[in-house]
Amino acid sequence: MGKFEYAPAPESRAVVALRESYGLFIDGDFVPGKDDGVFKTISPATEEVLAEVTEASPADVDRAVSAARRAYEQTWSVMPGRERAKYLFRIARIIQERARELAVLESLDNGKPIRESRDVDIPLAAAHFFYYAGWADKLEHAGFGPDPQPLGVAGQVIPWNFPLLMLAWKIAPALACGNTVVLKPAETTPLTALLFAEICQQADLPPGVVNIITGAGPTGRALVTHPGIDKVAFTGSTEVGKEIARAAGRKKVTLELGGKAANIVFADAPVDQAVEGIVNGIFFNQGHVCCAGSRLLVQESVYDQVLESLRRRLATLRLGDPLDKNTDVGAINSPAQLAKIRELSDSGEAEGAERWSAPCELPVKGFWFPPTVFTGVSPAHRIAREEIFGPVLSVLTFRTPAEAIAKANSTPYGLSAGVWTDKGSRILWMAARLRAGVVWANTFNKFDPTSPFGGYKESGYGREGGRHGLEAYLDV
Amino acid sequence: MNEAEGEPVTTVTIAGPDLRRFLDGLPGVDSVGAEARAAVLASRSIKTTAKRLALDLAISMIDLTTLEGQDTPGKVRAMCAKATHPDPTDPTVPMVAAVCVYPDLAEVAAAEVKGTGIHVASVATGFPSGRASLEVKLADVRSAIAAGADEVDMVIDRGAFLAGKYQLVFDEIAAVHEVCSGKAHLKVILETGELVTLDNVRRASWLAMLAGADFIKTSTGKVSPAATLPVTLVMLEAVRDYRESHGRQVGVKAAGGIRTAKDAIRYLVLVNETVGDDWLDPDWFRLGASSLLNDLLMQRTKLATGRYSGPDYFTLDS
Amino acid sequence: MSETVAASPAPRVAVRKTYKLYIGGAFPRSESGRSYAVTDHKDNFLANAAMASRKDARDAVSAARKAVAGWSGATAYNRGQVLYRVAELLEGRRSQFTAEVRAAEGLGARAAEAVVDATIDRWVWYAGWADKISQVRGAANPVAGPYYNFSVAEATGVAAVLAPQDSSLLGLVSVVAPAVVSGNTVIAVASESRPLPAVTLSEVLATSDVPGGVINILTGRTAEIAPWLASHMDVNAIDLTGAPDDLADDLADAAADNLKRVIRPRSADGDWTGSPSLHRMHGYLETKTVWHPTGT
Repeated sequence: MGKFEYAPAPESRAVVALRESYGLFIDGDFVPGKDDGVFKTISPATEEVLAEVTEASPADVDRAVSAARRAYEQTWSVMPGRERAKYLFRIARIIQERARELAVLESLDNGKPIRESRDVDIPLAAAHFFYYAGWADKLEHAGFGPDPQPLGVAGQVIPWNFPLLMLAWKIAPALACGNTVVLKPAETTPLTALLFAEICQQADLPPGVVNIITGAGPTGRALVTHPGIDKVAFTGSTEVGKEIARAAGRKKVTLELGGKAANIVFADAPVDQAVEGIVNGIFFNQGHVCCAGSRLLVQESVYDQVLESLRRRLATLRLGDPLDKNTDVGAINSPAQLAKIRELSDSGEAEGAERWSAPCELPVKGFWFPPTVFTGVSPAHRIAREEIFGPVLSVLTFRTPAEAIAKANSTPYGLSAGVWTDKGSRILWMAARLRAGVVWANTFNKFDPTSPFGGYKESGYGREGGRHGLEAYLDV
Repeated sequence: MNEAEGEPVTTVTIAGPDLRRFLDGLPGVDSVGAEARAAVLASRSIKTTAKRLALDLAISMIDLTTLEGQDTPGKVRAMCAKATHPDPTDPTVPMVAAVCVYPDLAEVAAAEVKGTGIHVASVATGFPSGRASLEVKLADVRSAIAAGADEVDMVIDRGAFLAGKYQLVFDEIAAVHEVCSGKAHLKVILETGELVTLDNVRRASWLAMLAGADFIKTSTGKVSPAATLPVTLVMLEAVRDYRESHGRQVGVKAAGGIRTAKDAIRYLVLVNETVGDDWLDPDWFRLGASSLLNDLLMQRTKLATGRYSGPDYFTLDS
Repeated sequence: MSETVAASPAPRVAVRKTYKLYIGGAFPRSESGRSYAVTDHKDNFLANAAMASRKDARDAVSAARKAVAGWSGATAYNRGQVLYRVAELLEGRRSQFTAEVRAAEGLGARAAEAVVDATIDRWVWYAGWADKISQVRGAANPVAGPYYNFSVAEATGVAAVLAPQDSSLLGLVSVVAPAVVSGNTVIAVASESRPLPAVTLSEVLATSDVPGGVINILTGRTAEIAPWLASHMDVNAIDLTGAPDDLADDLADAAADNLKRVIRPRSADGDWTGSPSLHRMHGYLETKTVWHPTGT
């Protein structure tokens, strides 16, 4: 027991009015599925059932795509940009108004700490809608020609790690450019998407412009292969991304897939901030981040110092109830994900790396994994090559900048990278040579609606955010 | 406990160009990162039992301060009375750690708090500007100690520091430390608002500790900004690293601009999560403040009664 | 129940508005104590408006200068949010502005409504530019050497804006918004004969989150105040749109003394209903190009 123990500081659940069951949001209304498919969504922290959700069948996907097509042709693509803009501004505003409700719901359904959903996920989601609202009536100035046109109906499939934020990344630019959408949230985190559907109703968004269909793999497959859509946008695993690329046919596709980012710390790094950056890079959102700094590449000359500071810092991480405002590390999203993290971690030990976990008490119910660091990792180890998508850091060393580049780039992935050094020219030299779509220098995991995000190589193609993010939804 | 834990490693004198190279060679501070870390810690939610504990701890860490040209013995006496009995209606309220006055009023203060265990801190060395000869500064220190101060809050020569004359700054601190040695605890005020950059704060912290400081202190309270969370974060990291490398524990005092209980609790969270239990004690962490005390008392009352209170229910300190 | 004829109730007397200057977030009268009568298109008296003096102009410049650091230092996102909220407030006062525009310009009800709608949409259009103009204008430049080189847009500072004489609200907004969206602060001189909508706009600004001093509005004789702004050495840019033809060149001449950035009206401005070009935003932006070596 330390001298200054923090008492529980739970955020109240009362702000959320959970329904017992949810239908599909098609053509402006919540409707039951065509067959009786349902599934449950649970809280990964307590395993309690939160709600029953409809599983959209291929017939439901059909309905949704038709609604989107009708809305596209009759309403949305013929509406002037300045009017589309005002709908998006309304949505942004309502997200801000219902921010607390959305944050609590996100933490309940996903398992992430309320501090993060409150301070990162929800504000960024609102900001994405604000940003893209402003493009809707300015497309001729975006650098894509004097009169760029939308593509039509977009089929969008998003992952469970940042449910509402990923929804915002997909829907905001699509609508701003004049497309209509059918979006499928992840099967373990459908609830904020369904609340977003209510927000669309509150904003009086014309029916069919946004359609939310819940379901799992089969629903997603039916959506992305549907002949009635013009565009596929997918964020998720590289494995599924490749399937989609194969099945795409003539549809335009953008993919945002996995990563195994190198977080590179030089001897002259501002060490206390670098340690924060390492911690933030891999333990933020329980490591469920495609761009997570999951490989620490530390310059050998400061290895001992950095590792010691890191272990000391990890001991102050607070793991527990996601709804407690002082929690830093929440629950793992699902038993499947927990199994995967365990399997890869065990392989790390089996292959000869040394395992160290931050001392913390894991709750009895729910899915939990302590922040873990592997040292003595060699580039050939599975934990150095495969995406774990959990709070597990693999530590490797390097001697020179060129060696750091070689090790960082030695991966089929290419989503992000971090560089920590006091020397500006080195930052720029490294950034020029890192084969990654996002380079963070002396910071990590920073996102902004104006800043394009996306990967090289098998981390996908296309960019989300910024002026560049419009390209995915225009016929250019 | 008043004495430092063992002697500073002054036999290893890092002097002249070596001192400069050492200080300039310290790792830099990325100010955006430091501010972000401080901001996350400031968002901690301290409630119920934790809040009660924090409020009492904060009260016990206060250096209750009056440093005005218009101070009189009467003012000092009233403040000392407040220091010993912050809330006359509630004997469970802890005493503050120290009272802090100008040297010519140290005798009055010492008489008032005699026997209570409350320390008498006197500012010295030409506070607050520090613009005087070394001779005058040392005389200032001697007079404070003779008057009964058992803690001395000195100011560093910021002009010399910003002009790169690290050795001069070091020598002044060492000279004052020698005068204090065995008689008074030395707090060294860096005046971080004039140092401006966090890199400078880190360098000045190390310089002061190498020269023998028992405490490093943020500010005189006469310059804005005074204490801030990022500045204090850097200073806490410095004392942590210094103990690691030199085996001696140095205290930290955040002074100036800390007005509300909420602010004070944020500082305690900072201490808790940067350096931990060893510094969560009035012997190793202080809050230099005046109006803060009443806000802490008001918050304490609210926790006990469940109602928001008002200023009429608390005594003035003058 | 008796059937006496009830005496008709006394007609309600309206509480009339006082139209003052808007400087530094406050509503002072002119320090000169002067005002002038504003009439509608049929020469009926509408109200007395403050007649700003050179000292009012001087104070407005001072207020605008004080506000530059904070406003240009705010994030683009924040400026966009603040300006969007102004549009929300304008929408709430739609009927008030419609009445003001009708009276000022002699338009029919529907025409006046269309002007107000266009004004609100124009403001929304500009609010949405706050976090985009630097993306459209800036660049990473591929120099022939081991250097990273990028150009960014920065606000030029304090802008004096002579609002159009005829279009009392839509035209006013069309010349003021482009300056502030990127972080500049403004002293706007309202239409001389049609100043009242501008004053009502200043009420909207005062109740919005726009910090005091970011937009200042002066009413009075354009020919009297404009030369003082054009020659003021602490003003960085001037928009001559509302300047009388015979004065514009003299103003440009005075502006050259500290090389103010000068914006002139264009025929494409027309009746202000068309989609704006970007030149009014560009006119208030400096370009800063930064070099940094890349190397280990």
